[in-house]
Amino acid sequence: MPEPLLSLTGVHTHIGQYHILQGVDFTVPDKGVTVLLGRNGAGKTTTMRTIMGLWQASRGTIRFAGRDITALDTPAIAREGIAFVPENMGIFTDLTVQENMILAATGSAPDSARLDWIFSLFPPIKTFWNLSAGNLSGGQKQMLSVARAIVEPRRLILIDEPTKGLAPAIVKAMIGALRELKRSDTTILLVEQNFAMARAVGDTVAVMDDGRIVHTGEMAALAADPALQERLMGLSLETQP
Amino acid sequence: MTDLAIAPRIERPSLGQRLEKAAPLLLVPVLAVIGLVAIGNPSTWLTLTVAGLAMGMMIFIMASGMTVVFGLMDIINFGHGAFISVGAFVGFTALAWFSGLTAMPGVMPSLLAVFLAIMIAMAATGAMGYAFERVIVRPVYGSHLKQILVTMGGLIVVQQLIHVIWGPAEIYLARPQSLRGAFIFGEAAIERYRIVAVLIGLALFVAMRLILSRTKVGLLVRAGVENKEMVEALGYRIRRLFIVVFMVGSALAGLGGVMWGLYQETITAHMGSEIMILVFIVVIIGGLGSVEGCFIGALLVGLMANYTAFLAPKVALVSNIGLMVTVLMWRPQGLYPVVKAK
Repeated sequence: MPEPLLSLTGVHTHIGQYHILQGVDFTVPDKGVTVLLGRNGAGKTTTMRTIMGLWQASRGTIRFAGRDITALDTPAIAREGIAFVPENMGIFTDLTVQENMILAATGSAPDSARLDWIFSLFPPIKTFWNLSAGNLSGGQKQMLSVARAIVEPRRLILIDEPTKGLAPAIVKAMIGALRELKRSDTTILLVEQNFAMARAVGDTVAVMDDGRIVHTGEMAALAADPALQERLMGLSLETQP
Repeated sequence: MTDLAIAPRIERPSLGQRLEKAAPLLLVPVLAVIGLVAIGNPSTWLTLTVAGLAMGMMIFIMASGMTVVFGLMDIINFGHGAFISVGAFVGFTALAWFSGLTAMPGVMPSLLAVFLAIMIAMAATGAMGYAFERVIVRPVYGSHLKQILVTMGGLIVVQQLIHVIWGPAEIYLARPQSLRGAFIFGEAAIERYRIVAVLIGLALFVAMRLILSRTKVGLLVRAGVENKEMVEALGYRIRRLFIVVFMVGSALAGLGGVMWGLYQETITAHMGSEIMILVFIVVIIGGLGSVEGCFIGALLVGLMANYTAFLAPKVALVSNIGLMVTVLMWRPQGLYPVVKAK
């Protein structure tokens, strides 16, 4: 069995006096999309931020591409090849779209061929290239946030709820873009509450509850089993609006 | 290619929003016109206006570093005045080394001497800023109360060190002979040194604008002011940027100290902490962290100080407090508030 690209073993995270992650264990296979599911407050965002080093794991091990990254700081983790699209998108609204993209590139400017590919995924990025990112709509900001994460090839992209609060047309567009990213052999760890999105792009799934992983497996198996969904998340995802 | 058939739309700012954004730019000419009406005599007004702009530029030089440090690092540095004082004293010593140049006829040798003195003062205060950040500021990141206490302590220590090195007495800092005197326009007398101060302030503002908008380091500073966490998630070490920005801010305070010392022609260990009242007013009026706001705020403060000193000397001291209160009633976050990630 091939070694996973990312693995979390017994990861605990404390935020102040609160014990949020209570021994998280799961793996992200190389290539494809792993979806992290769970109700609000289950610890999904904390897991993403702990992987990224934005909150330090108090116990446990995080390994990426065979290397222990648990104690690394956030910039070092990013330089290992992990990009992060946070829940709040993290757009620099005082900068233009172009300047946001320049900051995400390691050189002085993004590669032009790569940019053309990104423009094909997210046409508004090209349309509003020289405009302040603060003037973009919510959906356009989300596109910019994902575009910034893929401005250069990354080994793993962490995306936290990219469809939160977005219109159905934008969600559909985001699904298309993530499928295209999958085809480019990018590995994605996706936090998502929209099951249509999760099912459309996910290959494997990990379900969280109360700071622990309560289920891992194939997305297709979970999608086909309403009883399992009911047991894991308290509702059948088929009935989710 | 995805099926991203979404018509690009953007929330374009309305005319009202655009006017509101540009409104602070009009404050300086509006204040100048009010000054002209109140003063009545155009020659007196011109003299006072140039004096006010020169004073404003020097305050901008001193305040610009502080506002960027606050915006990026969230550090309230009450010790900023220490760099102003040290800059003035190091500049005084350096000018003494180059007394041969200042004694030569013509403006250029004097300007060269002042330039070299400024460079040495900036190098000294920049290095001091490095030590200040490592020893005094670093342990108190994230706690404003501790920052105020510990940086005020740092200020007192530096002032006492100045007393040890240069003595406790007020020192006369002679302006080079060729930078003395005034140009006469009609009945208005414009001091040469004030023209130099205006040109240096303008050059600094343009340079800061270019660096912040055209270089990757500048983009990182602007991005870091808004969202430090995301800058780190992109792979940049924000702590290194903090140190560089703190050193540059300290060096600019040193530059301002030399300029202010040559303007006042006397320097004391307390000169930095005395001018800090105006520096704080400028930083608050401009919007904490905003270079553009700091520039406009400094010009407003400089003009207001000179106009009221002529029209009503008794209220000159409180006029800038009144200006700050008026601006904050209009824009509680300052002229150009900086957006921070929530």
